[in-house]
Amino acid sequence: MRALKISRKHLGYPYALFLILFVLLPLIIIVYYAFTDSDGHFSILNFVNIFSDITALAAILTSLSVAILTTAVCLLIGYPVAYILARSRLKFAPTLLILFITPMWINFVLRMNALKEFFSLVGLLDKNPLLTTVIGMVYDFLPFMILPLYTTLSKLNNSMIEASYDLGANKVTTFLKVTLPLSMPGVISGITMVFMPTMTNYVVSEILGRGQITILGKLIENYFMHSNWNMGAALSTLLLAVMLIFTWATGGFNDQQNGNARGALL
Amino acid sequence: MIKKLLKYAFLFLVLAFIYTPILVLVIFSFTDTIIIGTWNGFSFNLYKKLFADSDIMKIVRDTIFLAVGAGAISTILGTMGAIGIFYSKKRTAATLNTLGNIPIINAEIVTALALALMFAMVLTFANKTILSLIIGHVVISVPYVVLSVLPKLKQMDANTYEAALDLGATPIKALFTVVIPEILPGILSGFMLALTLSLDDYIVTAFTKPDTFDTISTYVYNAVKVPTHSSLPALRALSSIIFLVIIIAVVVMNLKSKNKENR
Repeated sequence: MRALKISRKHLGYPYALFLILFVLLPLIIIVYYAFTDSDGHFSILNFVNIFSDITALAAILTSLSVAILTTAVCLLIGYPVAYILARSRLKFAPTLLILFITPMWINFVLRMNALKEFFSLVGLLDKNPLLTTVIGMVYDFLPFMILPLYTTLSKLNNSMIEASYDLGANKVTTFLKVTLPLSMPGVISGITMVFMPTMTNYVVSEILGRGQITILGKLIENYFMHSNWNMGAALSTLLLAVMLIFTWATGGFNDQQNGNARGALL
Repeated sequence: MIKKLLKYAFLFLVLAFIYTPILVLVIFSFTDTIIIGTWNGFSFNLYKKLFADSDIMKIVRDTIFLAVGAGAISTILGTMGAIGIFYSKKRTAATLNTLGNIPIINAEIVTALALALMFAMVLTFANKTILSLIIGHVVISVPYVVLSVLPKLKQMDANTYEAALDLGATPIKALFTVVIPEILPGILSGFMLALTLSLDDYIVTAFTKPDTFDTISTYVYNAVKVPTHSSLPALRALSSIIFLVIIIAVVVMNLKSKNKENR
């Protein structure tokens, strides 16, 4: 019996090997390059350079602005959408949800091109690259905000909300004191899935901002194009660190909501 | 009643934001014009141009082959991985889950640069080849396969596998006749996810692909940046086909699964 159990466990070895070789090892290499100079000696100069380079600082600032604006708009649109779909008992809610999520399955470069053509039709293109980029980011990432919010809101314990009404709270108070706090896991999950990608998805800013604004992803791509591995690695290491801290703080390594969001439809 | 109407109105407004650009693109794929906004009469000319453009047709084929190939590898590797994780000790399983979560949570550009750097410096023989490209696509999709298969394993009745062994099946046979059929829905949705992720990807593709190889994503990205690119009108036709195929496929698949649930 024991020998047989081991044989099933062995099936995981190729996957484990793959993860070590192509997920863990590349990250170790990136951290190594981030902390060495072009001669291979230990150095923190790459990080000093990032924080003293006006282009890099501007990219960090632009990325943060784009990410904060996009996340806020996604939340402001996505929360009411998810709330209505999950809690209003509308007849067509399931079908409508599908319509909100469908764009996720369409190639996003094609969607960005469609949006670009639309902007050029209504005369918005080349006017305000920050605005068009943020609209594009919202367009791309809205489903990733709606889905976790919808999942959380539709699983909400109704008796808590009823109890709140029974105890005399009105609708607004009930929402602020019961529904909203209970839906925080969905909010956090949604923010996680929108904020980080928005800082780095340079395809959107390049197509819709017409290359007039540089976000962190574009900066890394520039380093890559010029084979400036050490600087690219240093910037990636910073992003990696931010991601690890953020994930650790929100307990993301334990829950699998991130992965399930994309798979929820299938 | 008014409240309900307001809710529908709000949802409709957001849906209009999502679908108007798509609709505009589809409409202007039926007229032979370079710039959207000029209507030169209804025609299928752009579709004819699209199917006559051997460059674009090759890219479409390559994109599909890559997605199916990388998707199949991800599905096999991920399914084996999920089974392995499920029957491993808690600590091993937790380590593998954490490692597997990294490509999901990590910014895609970091995954892309890390892979590109490793291929450029260590695995130089595979740098910017089909092999590095396939590995890149497997990296971004295999964790999702594991996440779709694992829940099915947890739902499975553990005794059936043991029963098959007691009845004389070899472990391999028991795996294929008892375990795989049980978790097949998870494997299939994992494959679909891997397929979509590969078709959708731009950043990892751009960082790992051979210089002469293009997918729809990389080709369109480069074409869009040149305002006078001659392929842009034909790409409108291609986009329209892809939009319609996916919207119909997603809606049909979901309605089907809804019917199954209702029964």
